[in-house]
Amino acid sequence: MSANVPSDLKYAASHEWVRVADGVATVGISDHAQAELTELVFVELPEVGRQLKASDQCAVVESVKTASDVYSPVSGEVVEVNKALEDNPGLANDDPFGEGWFFRIRLDSPTEVDALLSPEDYAAQIG
Amino acid sequence: MLKRTPLFEAHQKLGAKLIDFGGWEMPVQYTSIIEEHKAVRETAGLFDISHMGEFEIGGPFSGEFVNQALTNDASRLEIGEGHYTQICNERGGIIDDLYCFRTAVKSFLLVVNASRIAEDWGALVARRDAFLATEECSMHDQSGDAGAIALQGPEAATMMRKLSGDACDLAKNRIGSFQVAGLEKPVWISRTGYTGEDGFEIICANDEVRALWDRLIEVGARPCGLGARDTLRTEVCYPLYGHELDEDTTPIEAGIGWSVALDKGDFIGRDALVAQKEAGVDRRLIAFKMTGRSAPPRQGYPIWSVGDDAKRIGEVTSGTQSPSLGIGIGLGHVSREHARRDTPIEIEIRGRRTPAAICAKPIYSKNQSDT
Repeated sequence: MSANVPSDLKYAASHEWVRVADGVATVGISDHAQAELTELVFVELPEVGRQLKASDQCAVVESVKTASDVYSPVSGEVVEVNKALEDNPGLANDDPFGEGWFFRIRLDSPTEVDALLSPEDYAAQIG
Repeated sequence: MLKRTPLFEAHQKLGAKLIDFGGWEMPVQYTSIIEEHKAVRETAGLFDISHMGEFEIGGPFSGEFVNQALTNDASRLEIGEGHYTQICNERGGIIDDLYCFRTAVKSFLLVVNASRIAEDWGALVARRDAFLATEECSMHDQSGDAGAIALQGPEAATMMRKLSGDACDLAKNRIGSFQVAGLEKPVWISRTGYTGEDGFEIICANDEVRALWDRLIEVGARPCGLGARDTLRTEVCYPLYGHELDEDTTPIEAGIGWSVALDKGDFIGRDALVAQKEAGVDRRLIAFKMTGRSAPPRQGYPIWSVGDDAKRIGEVTSGTQSPSLGIGIGLGHVSREHARRDTPIEIEIRGRRTPAAICAKPIYSKNQSDT
């Protein structure tokens, strides 16, 4: 069963995805990541207003068995978090690139996104 | 190189997620821990427990030996009966927890934890050699030749009836040797388990485990991994070696003093356990539930008391999200004065103290969920 890697997104090697619109990046975890983590039972999201640097640990996802860190792929200020995901962490399993998004961040530097992995490179990484 | 059970290929074929469990490459889940957990609570699940160890003890002094080596009183076991017991060190600390079955007047079968086979064998052989000759008490480690499967759940007996009409009439904690359709050699079947549900554990020759596994899937049992095994046993508060139990924890501290027969005569660790029973323990094993929405508690998280004089009172030994209850649950050691039921406590999760409450054991029971 191979993971879905949408072609319109950028990716971090730590398995987060980024979708940019109007200087704001929406961040979530990849289909591959959710499958590896298995059913999520809890998520802890960053506080709105928090300043993040790329690679900062900023969220936690918990399955029945383990807790795992989620990292910000980009730098900026958290402007919104997905409250629905807090209520129903399984959204990240069911719809990782849609309803299961984690947070939105206003980019310090829009060009930072260019350094992230392309869908092809990320697909190659998860092999 | 991790060790593999005779069912390794079956697990791979089923697409299991495999993990290192005490040196064994074992399935943690096939499709979903939560669904596998619920299958055992509602219908029946199947577990590969071939990694566990089996020792056969025989000979004219086998009964005396077993009673000197283990905490429970094996002299009370009838033929075909088993009980929960421990091997302790001289300090009363637990080397392993195990099941001891009397399979004949002078014959016993011990089923031990996979990760403790070497320690158990060493402790038992040392005890035997100190008092007895091999012709007085023989010991055989069958762990490498025997595989085992647990069939657990409310429909386990119905499924077992299709394999062996006689075995499904076993009473709780009873064991017998049975012929199962499709297998050439007789197998040991006991009415025991580690899930809080009715069920059976079946020990058979390595080369016939696969046939047994396939047959049990055919009659409707769902393959379940160690992930579900852990959530199931945590909900019913069964201790797990390396979590609630270790060589620095006594059965009294771990809340399993009911399986220690201090009145039966000498056994390894008895003096220390008698002294502890008289003096009282400093810590106890408690069960708790998270009281609000929170991350699941995990082994090693600090436990705090609540209030103005709040302090660290212990540590989580096992914690998980309960698939049956939908909340975080756990077990932990806390100092005695804080171990009262219904006491509010806090679990420190990533630096944040999160509300929980000490609760009765088991955390989950069937009747409770019906109301």
